[in-house]
Amino acid sequence: MSAFDPARIRDDFPILRQEVNGHPLVYLDNAATTQKPRAVIDALVHYYETTNANIHRGIHTLAVRATNDYEAVRAKTARHIGATNDQDIVFTRNTTESINLVARAWGDANLSEGDEIVLSLMEHHSNIVPWQLLAARTGAVLRYADIDEQGELDLDALRDLIGPRTKVVSIVHMSNVLGTINPVTEIAEMAHAVGALMLLDGAQSAPHLPLDVEALGCDLFAFSAHKMLGPTGVGVLWARPGLLAEMEPFLGGGEMISIVRPEGSTWAEGPHKFEAGTPNIADVIAFGAALDYLRDLGMDVVREHEKRITAYALDALGRAGGITVHGPSDVERRGGAVSFTLEDVHPHDVSTIVDSRGVAIRAGHHCAQLLMRRLDVPATNRASFYIYNEEREVDVLVDALAQAKRVFGRVDSRTAV
Amino acid sequence: MSIAEPQFEELFREVILDHYRRPRNAGELAAPTHQAEGVNPVCGDEVTLHLEVVDDEVTDVAFSGQGCSISQSSTSMMTAQIRGMKIDQVNELIGHFEAQLMHGGDPHPALGDLESLQGVAKFPVRIKCALLGWKVLREGLGLQENDT
Repeated sequence: MSAFDPARIRDDFPILRQEVNGHPLVYLDNAATTQKPRAVIDALVHYYETTNANIHRGIHTLAVRATNDYEAVRAKTARHIGATNDQDIVFTRNTTESINLVARAWGDANLSEGDEIVLSLMEHHSNIVPWQLLAARTGAVLRYADIDEQGELDLDALRDLIGPRTKVVSIVHMSNVLGTINPVTEIAEMAHAVGALMLLDGAQSAPHLPLDVEALGCDLFAFSAHKMLGPTGVGVLWARPGLLAEMEPFLGGGEMISIVRPEGSTWAEGPHKFEAGTPNIADVIAFGAALDYLRDLGMDVVREHEKRITAYALDALGRAGGITVHGPSDVERRGGAVSFTLEDVHPHDVSTIVDSRGVAIRAGHHCAQLLMRRLDVPATNRASFYIYNEEREVDVLVDALAQAKRVFGRVDSRTAV
Repeated sequence: MSIAEPQFEELFREVILDHYRRPRNAGELAAPTHQAEGVNPVCGDEVTLHLEVVDDEVTDVAFSGQGCSISQSSTSMMTAQIRGMKIDQVNELIGHFEAQLMHGGDPHPALGDLESLQGVAKFPVRIKCALLGWKVLREGLGLQENDT
């Protein structure tokens, strides 16, 4: 895989071959969810046609095969993020569930009245609301670190917020709105200096960056399969070695127990303690095919491609005029989620107009209402890139944005007369 | 090639853009007899509506809000249309407007400028934008959902 060629990669994605509203589909909503390569779709079908059985309890051949295939993905997942031990990987439904798991299984037992939870203003609602619920249960207090004018975390403000009562610091690795990549190692050091736990929301970084979670220094890392070529319905929580054993169960039921007696039960070891009930076997196995696909490409190659197309997009949007880009301009410090607003055209109207040209972008608050308020915008447009996006698609977007400006410019020219 | 383009030209009619740029009845009333506010949680669009109702008649109305051209122009046109109406006329107007969005067909004469929003019927995801101000109006006046 020396020469990276998105045009060839596109051939692996059946969905990209279609026209939308009479135009070739330009899919630029990858921060919401990515498309799936043929290999992932085939893995789902193959599982149901050849392997389907419940895992971890059957003696029969299919049950053993399904269990082996499912557990093999735990190892691939660990490898993708640079974790040494696959037993530190818990499968959940999504990033949101992974964070809720921590807030429940660790937070309920470790926080009490007056303890502090430190977040930032650029967090996704999935990294705010579980902590608000925890605060309501325990009497803990939430603190939010501000961002600067570049859309980067204000590290001095964060340092000031972290103190002796801080029990957990939970921060996004790469912003789903601004694209900002946060300096995890520094933040982890600040958290650890006061004995707090550091959770990293990796929903946008696991798909796009080469990762070594153990070197990053975070204690917990949460992400979703569907934002990285995998199926919906699979999330991941990684915990640093030893931490899962210190946590209480999350959901109770089958699979997560060791011995059940009338008066109480004991818990299964390792990740199984947190995987109550029949898990999403088929989708986890298909996620394995997604991880194989990314491994074959190489995450460093993925990152280089995204830096290239993001730089191209930032330049094209900047030159178009009348467009404000929110977030860092240096592609070394950001990923490929690019938020922007047009003068005088509301993002929903922009989205409708570009959709009529076959261009899929996101318009709205991106589940980040605190950030929208901080940026003082009601909503933004967001284009976000992945391995199959080409520079010519950025050109289609920019043309469609010019169309939106023309449509909404009509009134100006009339009232000016 | 450009099959789709006339569609959004039809959606963003000039009268809509005019109400979006220059909303009618923008602001607040000093002493509203009725008021309500609403948010579309999916997109964050907001409308706050103030009404003065005397003897079952809407004698004054004002609104503030933020959002897309469809939600804000629909609310602006709505306020222009309901001023001076009796409550039961307002209720009928709501029915006509919802019917236009949901079922298409020829616009009812009572709709006035609101007729310009009939293109929204072809963009199902935008219907909730056009209905935001009306939901707030219904709530403000304590009117029940129509059975249409």
